[in-house]
Amino acid sequence: MSIDTKPNRQPEIGAFFQRDRSWHPPALTPGYKTSVLRSPQKALLSLDNTISEITGPVFGHDMLGELDNDLIHNFAKPGESAIGERIIVYGRVLDERGKGVPGALLEFWQANAGGRYRHKKEGYIAALDPNFGGCGRTITDEDGSYAFRTIKPGPYPWPNGVNDWRPAHIHFSVFGHGFAQRLITQMYFEGDPLIWLCPIVRTIPDRAAVETLIAALDMPATIPMDARAYKFDIVLRGRRSSVFENRLEGN
Amino acid sequence: MVQSLNRLKESPSQTAGPYVHIGLTPNFCGIPGVFEKDLGTDMVNDKTMGERITVRARVLDGTGAPLRDALIEVWQADAAGLYNSPTEIRGAADPNFTGWGRKATDMVSGECLFETIKPGRVPYKPGVLMAPHITFWIVARGINLGLQTRMYFADEEQANADDPVLARIEHRSRVPTLIAARLDDVYVFDIHLQGDKETVFFDI
Repeated sequence: MSIDTKPNRQPEIGAFFQRDRSWHPPALTPGYKTSVLRSPQKALLSLDNTISEITGPVFGHDMLGELDNDLIHNFAKPGESAIGERIIVYGRVLDERGKGVPGALLEFWQANAGGRYRHKKEGYIAALDPNFGGCGRTITDEDGSYAFRTIKPGPYPWPNGVNDWRPAHIHFSVFGHGFAQRLITQMYFEGDPLIWLCPIVRTIPDRAAVETLIAALDMPATIPMDARAYKFDIVLRGRRSSVFENRLEGN
Repeated sequence: MVQSLNRLKESPSQTAGPYVHIGLTPNFCGIPGVFEKDLGTDMVNDKTMGERITVRARVLDGTGAPLRDALIEVWQADAAGLYNSPTEIRGAADPNFTGWGRKATDMVSGECLFETIKPGRVPYKPGVLMAPHITFWIVARGINLGLQTRMYFADEEQANADDPVLARIEHRSRVPTLIAARLDDVYVFDIHLQGDKETVFFDI
C-alpha cells in the first residue's frame, strides 16, 4: 500500500530516534523470574539505523477480514457473542514527534472475561468461553486512528510469586513504517489496583512510563446501552528529517 | 526558558508473554478460523527470484535450553538487495518476495524454519556495502523488550570480513555468534540469550 497519499511528498526515510532504554524495562528484572535466564548480560552493540532497520513491512487494509477488529464476534457461533463486559478500545498510533502513524498494523490478544486464555499450554481452572477466541487486528487510518470491540479481560493468576495475579490487560503488537519501530506492549485499565502489584508492570522503572500504558475510561465515547469506551494511544519511535543526510541510493 | 521540543515518549515495552501465539500465530496455537492464515508464514512463492534457502533458528536460555515459547520475526532484502518497503527509495523490490517472516518456535523442539532466499547486499553508507544478512527480532516470555540481532552467512567469508557492522564488534571472539553455519541446504542459527556464547544484540 501507499503510506502517503500526497503525491508531492516523499516517504520519510530518516533514521529513528534512539531508544531511551532507561524508560523501557531493562532485560534483567528478577522480580519477574523468567527474565533471569532470558536476559542478555553483555552490553548491546549501539549503531545508528542502517537501511535494514529504516525499512520495514507495511500491510494494506485489504488483508483485513470484516470481523478482525471485533473480538466479541470473530470467534462466536452465528447469532451468539462472547460473555463479559462489552468495551470499545480506541486511540491513535503516534510517533515521538506527535505525528499520526497511518497504515500501522496493530495485533492484539487477551484472555476472556474470566482470565482464561485459549491456548494449549494454559491450565487455569477458569472456563473457556466457547464464543471467544481472543485475537484481533486492525490497521490505522490516515491520521493514525484505530478502534476495536472486545470484552474486558479478567485478571489472571500466574506462577511467579506464590500469589501473583496479572492485572486485566490486552497485549498489543505494533508495526510502524520501519523495522526499528517494532514494539510489543500491554494495555492496562484505569483504576485497577492490581497494576501496581504486578511484577511485569514493575519491570518498568518509572511510574510515569507505566501510566502511559493505562487506558482511560471515556464516558463521552461510550455507546449507551451497548459498550463502554477506553482510550489507548500508542507512541512509536520518531525519526529524523532525512533532508540533510546522505541518501542510501545507488550502489 | 527555551522552546519546548514537544516530544512524546515511546510507549514502554512489555513482554510478549507465553501466549503471544494467540495474537500473532493463532492458527499455530489452535485458534482456527479467525484469520485465514498466520501472517508471515510465506515469504516466497514459485516466482521469487534468488537462491532458495532454509534458515533453522533456535533461541537458547542461560542454561542452554531452547525456548519453546519464543516468537521470531525476520526482515531481509530480496536477491538484488532491495527491501519490499515503502521507505525503500533505491528501486522496486521483487514483488514476489515479502522480505518479512514470522514463526513461533516449536513447542517441543524449540526450532523454527524460515523458507526464504539468500538476500543481496545492501549499502551501509554510500559506497560501502554490508555483507548479506537477515535482521532478527525476538520476543518471548521473560524478554521485556524485543531483542534485535542479525544473521550473517558462513559461506560469505570475504563479505563478512568487509562488513562495517561486524567490524564494530570490539571483542572479535563474539563475531561468530552472528554467523549461521551451513548444513547442506540449511543455515543453522542458534541465538544464545546469555552465557559464554551470548549472541551480539543491537541497540539500533
